[in-house]
Amino acid sequence: MRIPIETFRLSNGLLVTFSEDHTAPIVAVNIWYHVGSANERAGRTGFAHLFEHMLFQGSENVEANEHFELVQRAGGTLNGSTWLDRTNYFETVPSNQLAIALWLEADRMGALLPAMTQQKLDTQRDVVSNERRWSVDNQPYGTWWEKLPALTYPDPHPFHHSLIGSFEDLKAASLGDIARFFATYYTPDNAVLTIAGDFDPVEARKLVESYFGAIPRGKGKPPLPDMTLPDTFGGTLREVMHDEVSLPRIYLAFRSPALGDDAYYAASVAGAILGMRKGSRLQRVLVREREVAADVTAFTFDLPKGADILVVDATARPGVTDAQLEAAVVREIDRMRMDGVTQGEVDRAVALIGTDFIASMQQAGERADQLSRFATYFGDPSLINEQMDRYRAVTVADVNKFAASRLGEDNRAFLTYLPRDGAEEVGSEDAIGSSEVTA
Amino acid sequence: MSRSTRPTPESPREYHFPKFDRRLLANGMKVLVAPTHNLPIVTVLAVIDAGGVAEPAGQEGIAELTARALNEGTPKYDGEALTDYMEHLGTSVGGAAGWDSASVAMTVLRENLENAFVHFAEVLVAPTFPVPAIERLKAERQAELMQIESEPRELADEKFDEYIYDLASRFRLPLGGTAESVGKLSRDAVVAFHAARYQPSATTLIVVGDVEADAVERMVAATLEGWTGPRVPAASANDSPARVTRSIRLVRKSDAPQSELRIGHVGVPRTHPDYFSITIMNAVLGGLFSSRVNLNLREAHGYTYGASSAFDWRREAGPFVIGTAVASDVTVPAVQETLKEVDRMRSEPISESELSLATSYLGGVFPIRYETTAAIATALATLTIYGLPEDWYDTYRERMSAVTVDDVLRAAHAHIKSDSMQIVVVGDEAAIREPLEALGFGPLDVVSP
Repeated sequence: MRIPIETFRLSNGLLVTFSEDHTAPIVAVNIWYHVGSANERAGRTGFAHLFEHMLFQGSENVEANEHFELVQRAGGTLNGSTWLDRTNYFETVPSNQLAIALWLEADRMGALLPAMTQQKLDTQRDVVSNERRWSVDNQPYGTWWEKLPALTYPDPHPFHHSLIGSFEDLKAASLGDIARFFATYYTPDNAVLTIAGDFDPVEARKLVESYFGAIPRGKGKPPLPDMTLPDTFGGTLREVMHDEVSLPRIYLAFRSPALGDDAYYAASVAGAILGMRKGSRLQRVLVREREVAADVTAFTFDLPKGADILVVDATARPGVTDAQLEAAVVREIDRMRMDGVTQGEVDRAVALIGTDFIASMQQAGERADQLSRFATYFGDPSLINEQMDRYRAVTVADVNKFAASRLGEDNRAFLTYLPRDGAEEVGSEDAIGSSEVTA
Repeated sequence: MSRSTRPTPESPREYHFPKFDRRLLANGMKVLVAPTHNLPIVTVLAVIDAGGVAEPAGQEGIAELTARALNEGTPKYDGEALTDYMEHLGTSVGGAAGWDSASVAMTVLRENLENAFVHFAEVLVAPTFPVPAIERLKAERQAELMQIESEPRELADEKFDEYIYDLASRFRLPLGGTAESVGKLSRDAVVAFHAARYQPSATTLIVVGDVEADAVERMVAATLEGWTGPRVPAASANDSPARVTRSIRLVRKSDAPQSELRIGHVGVPRTHPDYFSITIMNAVLGGLFSSRVNLNLREAHGYTYGASSAFDWRREAGPFVIGTAVASDVTVPAVQETLKEVDRMRSEPISESELSLATSYLGGVFPIRYETTAAIATALATLTIYGLPEDWYDTYRERMSAVTVDDVLRAAHAHIKSDSMQIVVVGDEAAIREPLEALGFGPLDVVSP
């Protein structure tokens, strides 16, 4: 399977990727801006994400709330999302509605600010504050996704601070911040546009040129501080949270090679051997054989700069303590680190990853998003067609090398959640709510 | 073409839901095949009349336990070997239960279909149900139930069902069963449930993807034609409501920064003739981002990250519910705004613009919903489970477009029961008890999870 790809760049720097597929009369439009929470300035945590919400509040020729309505009226689906290092916006529409999707994206890239008002900002601040309560504060283990980056990327690394942001910082955000952020980051030369599905490339190119062509290039963005980090944490990091949870859970993170690196694919396969599906080591041993975990998975954050993290996420069975769970996880990690993996395990992992990849490529929106990802991170969307080859090239020796060099005690970060009621009874010697390094 | 001129759509390209072939095996099993050849991938989905509503009384959770235990071993392979074999083929075969059916599913590369299907069939008809696996799955369900106690969204969903259905209704208790009911389930009960419900005449096998119908029929017949058994009596559920007067319950969750709200009542069966007008009505009320409750609670007031409404479609009447999570201090205004939208839905016709938004959205997203083999298979399962006509998906968009403003008003009148609205709030008693008592929705019933 090869995804067809055609790319060109407008004179204002916008990198455009076309990928035709006429299976169904639908087309996906997808834009990635190369800006995420990493680009926020001090005292403005959560701003990149709040800004994403403001992009649905209208633009020069689009009324408030019209963005959603116009796409849905066209029979399409849409959304946006913010990550540590990028923000994306996407629509899938019937193919005869391509123009409206492109026009909406161009209008907000070209002229967002005329539509911005204090009232809209205040409302979206409330919406985002409620998103924070819903997804973080009122959700068991919900703080993990700000605690774990904080633990594994040392301050002031750009990935250290909270993506969703603090209530205090959200409150401080002003219309002036909106204008500055827009001028700096929401420029055609800091974005990629992908169209995937049923469209005529000649017509589509005309639309892209006429809607996006006149949007001026940006004046450049401030460089991020040096993102490189040593290969390991240099010790075992720990943080313990007493929270409204029913069962103990451990997030165990390892600093791992950045996305795109050859070693990334070995790390990804190692993660699949550890935690992908029932036949993975951790699920087999912890869930099925020893019955100490209710559930366990492993995944990477897929960050392409500096360093990525590989995360094992294990929840205890009722009656199992965090110490027992941790000992069981660590035993399997050590076993992989000392004894290595088998060819059969690598084959299983690559077979599962391969089927999932093909299944996901059935959707125009998913194809467009992946093409934008490789275009944003590496300037080359065609890398999508190399992904499975790179997975198939991973050898037992590659995985073993990763395990030996990255899974040791010098590269572990434990974020442990304990039920609040059981605080005294479980009692660990670690400082509660603080992180520390032990060599 | 400047940005100041809004583009207008070209005429739409035709779309047809994938054609499917229907075959009947000698043992009474139905086979549906929908060939789609864009990628070398196949989804296989068996739908069995063995869902939660088919459970013997007192065995709540047996349908889900049985479905989950199917892949724990076959005569040829124990659970671990089976998992290993399938995952080396890049797939997994797993069972799941819904209210109206159980299912067994896998998505596999075309080149591995035949090898994987042999084991798929064994999982369906000849599971060994080892005792240790049954006990482990029961313990996993107990862990899940403990987790739900601290997870406000699922807790609110469960507490709402428990509140609105009659004591005698199976829908009152969670599909997976309660701590008490699951504790009593045994391997013998699982074996008996499988023997009673997993029969060829109660099974439809759906195959979607890079295949041809004749070849699939040969493959399935070669593997499954020896599977025979008696006809299975149709199962049905009592869907009576607990009460027909307005009432409100608070479920305590101390220090919760948000209140989870569930507002609604027992809804409508899936095969109701008003299905299309109810669907449009719900889209306008709370089914779309641009729906009334979301625009009101989120965009006008900033009370929430999102608010939506849904009819949970089942063979008998599932819940109709409006759900949202709001900051504790705006709990009462959020309830009032929601009830206001409910009443407005019933008292005045929707605008032509609201109607056209809903119909054009539901018509337009139709092909987007069926991009994957798994989604097409699920659509064919819906056809099977609810006995919908063969041309259901061919006429779907036409029938959706035919709904009028008057149809929507009639549907709102008939199916939204303002006088028997039930409210469940999961939240911080200290912050919201008094204002909820003052709401005037009857006496507040306060319970712990």
